[in-house]
Amino acid sequence: MIRLSIPLRQALARLSLPVLIAVAFGTMLLGRADALLVERARMVLADALTPIWAAVQEPVTAVRQGVEEVQSLWYLRSENARLTEENDRLRRWQAAALALEAENALLRRQLSWIPDPTPQFRTARVVADGGGTYARAVLLATGPQHDIRKGQVALDERGFVGRVTEVGARSARVLLATDINSRVPVIIEGSRARAMMVGGNTARPRLQHWPEGVQPRDGDRVVTSAEAGAFPAGLPVGVVRRTAGGAAEVELFAQLERLDVLRLFDFGLAGILPPEAVARPEPRGRR
Amino acid sequence: MGLMRQLDSGARAVFPAAFTVFLLVMAAVPVGVPGLVVAVAVPSVFFWTVFRPGAMPPPIVFALGLLQDLLGFTPLGSGGLILLLVHGVALRGRTWLARASFLWGWLAFCAVAAGAMLLGWLFQALLGWQRPPFVPGLALFGIMAGGYPALAFVLSRMHMAMQRAEDALR
Repeated sequence: MIRLSIPLRQALARLSLPVLIAVAFGTMLLGRADALLVERARMVLADALTPIWAAVQEPVTAVRQGVEEVQSLWYLRSENARLTEENDRLRRWQAAALALEAENALLRRQLSWIPDPTPQFRTARVVADGGGTYARAVLLATGPQHDIRKGQVALDERGFVGRVTEVGARSARVLLATDINSRVPVIIEGSRARAMMVGGNTARPRLQHWPEGVQPRDGDRVVTSAEAGAFPAGLPVGVVRRTAGGAAEVELFAQLERLDVLRLFDFGLAGILPPEAVARPEPRGRR
Repeated sequence: MGLMRQLDSGARAVFPAAFTVFLLVMAAVPVGVPGLVVAVAVPSVFFWTVFRPGAMPPPIVFALGLLQDLLGFTPLGSGGLILLLVHGVALRGRTWLARASFLWGWLAFCAVAAGAMLLGWLFQALLGWQRPPFVPGLALFGIMAGGYPALAFVLSRMHMAMQRAEDALR
């Protein structure tokens, strides 16, 4: 250890705070200038910590399941009544679905319909909160050898969750549909009107930019649209809810506050490219 | 000084920083409350700056801020800056804060946390160039202010244990 005289050491100690504040400002500017460097640093750290988080996740999940167990025991009676009612309703729907499926198969045979290829998917566990106060994202443990790419679509067992925005060696980050930077082209079923689903860091994203003359009605189903080539058409997203103020919001099917396992689908779409893949405008030569 | 004693004092010197790193990493485990990483970093830096400033020097605070930014996906550097300012304020007031009653310490922390929350919101607005919603900031302040007594209780137990060990050596 280097031995410094006491006054020098005191002066250094007094200087370090203002100097480091300046360094922090510099880091902020650097982070703005080179977003890719920061992203890489983040994913290296996430890769290193993912095994720890995956291990800690086990007891957390156990506790959460225990709490849910107690809750379900508490509400057993009312839950049972609700499920019986729902079962009756679903039976009617099942009959309708079977009839429609038969009719659909018949019509497809007549039209020599080319079916969509079944998409490949991988399943990954949510191990950490990849967001923060002003962002909604989750971090997935993907295992060392994976073929997850940016832009893949994440779904939970009920519906659309978000898109993969950053990929590390053994982890990946999924930006949730509720994040303030999330924009998803959707179709409002029923009216077939296109709209944008815009996140706002709240539980329910808002609907914007629907065509004139169409009003999203309360209870309309919302599915993804193939517009812009970022998502396949028809993934279940949620239902329209009108607020007291008249704004149209989407109540997501996915349970974003209790995500544990996500399916990442590879639809082979590269509609919206990540920032670093976008070609910078070439400096124009003299003509 | 013997080797064991040196190891002992070394462990005490790095404990506050190491425990804060541990808390930061654990706070990233999803439990349904977003922004917990920041809510853990600010009170930890505040507490250790007041009661053990030697173990929480500015370079350590800056490194904790970087870790917080990398974990929490906030603009890199903003967390470091906020923590350094929290550290600076706590250092200025530490002669009074270390002797003040717990209630006064809590109130002072609430003021510091409110300032940190406002600064965080401001940086988010400036660096993202859009107006972020204010409610998550308020929720963060609520978590920080409400969680401080519990965290301070645990940390002060550790601080007292270390102090007893130091007194015994003297």
